[in-house]
Amino acid sequence: MAEAGRLNLPAVPKVGTKSRALMRAEPVTVVRAAIIVFILLFWEVIAQSGLLYRDVVPSLLAIGAAIVKLLSTSDYYWNLGVTAGEVGIGLAVGGLSGLLIGLALGGNRVLSKSFEPYLYYLGPTPKIIFFPVMIMWFGVGPGSKIAMGAISCFFPIALSTAAGMRQIDKVLIRVGQSFRANAWQMATKIYLPAMRHPTINGVRLGLGVAIIGTLLAETKLSNRGVGFLIIQAYSLFDMPRMYAMLIVLFVVAIGANALVGRLGGLSAIRQR
Amino acid sequence: MGVAAVTRTRIFPLALGIGALAAAILSVEALIRIGVINRFIVPLPSQIVPAFERVIVEEDIIERFRLTFFEAFTAGAMITVVGVSLGLLLFRVNILRQATETWVAAMASAPTVLMYPLFLVIFGRSAWTIIMMGFAAGLPPVILKTIEGLAGTRRVLINVGRSFKLTGAQLFTKILFPAALPTIFVGIRLGLIFTLINVVGVEFLINFGGLGQLINDLAERYDLPGTYAAICFVILVSVCFFVLTEWIERWLRPVD
Repeated sequence: MAEAGRLNLPAVPKVGTKSRALMRAEPVTVVRAAIIVFILLFWEVIAQSGLLYRDVVPSLLAIGAAIVKLLSTSDYYWNLGVTAGEVGIGLAVGGLSGLLIGLALGGNRVLSKSFEPYLYYLGPTPKIIFFPVMIMWFGVGPGSKIAMGAISCFFPIALSTAAGMRQIDKVLIRVGQSFRANAWQMATKIYLPAMRHPTINGVRLGLGVAIIGTLLAETKLSNRGVGFLIIQAYSLFDMPRMYAMLIVLFVVAIGANALVGRLGGLSAIRQR
Repeated sequence: MGVAAVTRTRIFPLALGIGALAAAILSVEALIRIGVINRFIVPLPSQIVPAFERVIVEEDIIERFRLTFFEAFTAGAMITVVGVSLGLLLFRVNILRQATETWVAAMASAPTVLMYPLFLVIFGRSAWTIIMMGFAAGLPPVILKTIEGLAGTRRVLINVGRSFKLTGAQLFTKILFPAALPTIFVGIRLGLIFTLINVVGVEFLINFGGLGQLINDLAERYDLPGTYAAICFVILVSVCFFVLTEWIERWLRPVD
């Protein structure tokens, strides 16, 4: 049932020789460049025209200057470190518990039928609504943000691990059993390598939602972290700084996502 | 009937799931009553059940539900119209598709909900901020699945249409669109789920609107049973919505 809801992102096309690829890519690159130039020009015209309230659409120069200023202040890196720490601990807690629950559900048909529907239907609910409860349980400090990160990433990782466990080739399991592998050897030599792809995909999804959960919690109630900086810029109506932070944040989030895929060898698995 | 045979029955996993849930709720009740869990942090489940009635009657939950439904419905209609149109455009203009499909895919995985302060500045603290946030979050899956559905139409169907000398518009309305409809609906369903998550989430964050604001209100009043009851209500609404869209998706899916 998860198959139907999966979003198939476009695959990177295989290229032949470098020159042929360049020739083929040329019109596409031109169109891309044209779209980017059009958007930037449109933005600048709107910024200069005064059609919208002042500073709602700041000029590109102001945003560029704000990005440079943001990246040259130590304060930003400190707050980025706070957020990264919260996301990291949240991912570790939620990811590890998701992995264990996923293994239990994937390895036992009765448990899967009994409890997986709860995870499946709770997964798409908006997790931010649990924030008041997390504040009660873990306080207004980093604990509640870590909890938000953990609760956000738990569901995709548990569901992906359970699905991955069920997809393991039965032949591989029989090979392990015929070599009389013990439970630890079965887990480390058969199960985990065989389900690497869905698990890494789950971790990537989990990382994305953990970042969102943690940052949203920071925007709601915090005095540190990137989420707090964004809402502070909003409160001070410092729009260039807010745009700068959102741009940097999107780059960091997409980069972290790609890094997890690369570290997990996702591209190598796909090429096989 | 042996133990193995009992576990294989259809009713056993259902009973086990519900039984475990009931046991967990009863355990929490007992742990709070004996003082292991602080009742000022976690309310008694027996207090949450009557809080449902209070929340429904006193907090005007029907009106709040109507408002959230209106916001989600408006954003849903917008992602359907704009998403399917853009998907169709990208399907028809191949170079545009090649140039922008990866961007749309990147947008689908980007944390767009974090732009809510920006939307607050542009649209003000109004329902339009919530609707536009839902729209921005739900649009990419509709575009991607529309392209996927149209591009995945079986060649033989298109050839049949051509052999009947159908015009471009007829080919689209009689062959391409009906064949792509199940996949397009998968995209619309995903988009609607993202939209609902964002609508309720932004309502909570900006303390405006329907069900999301209700949770924020009750939490700020330190009405713990009410807060838990409202959270359960939102979960129930999300699950019902999810089940309904899944049912429609199954109904639309062709039989292989």
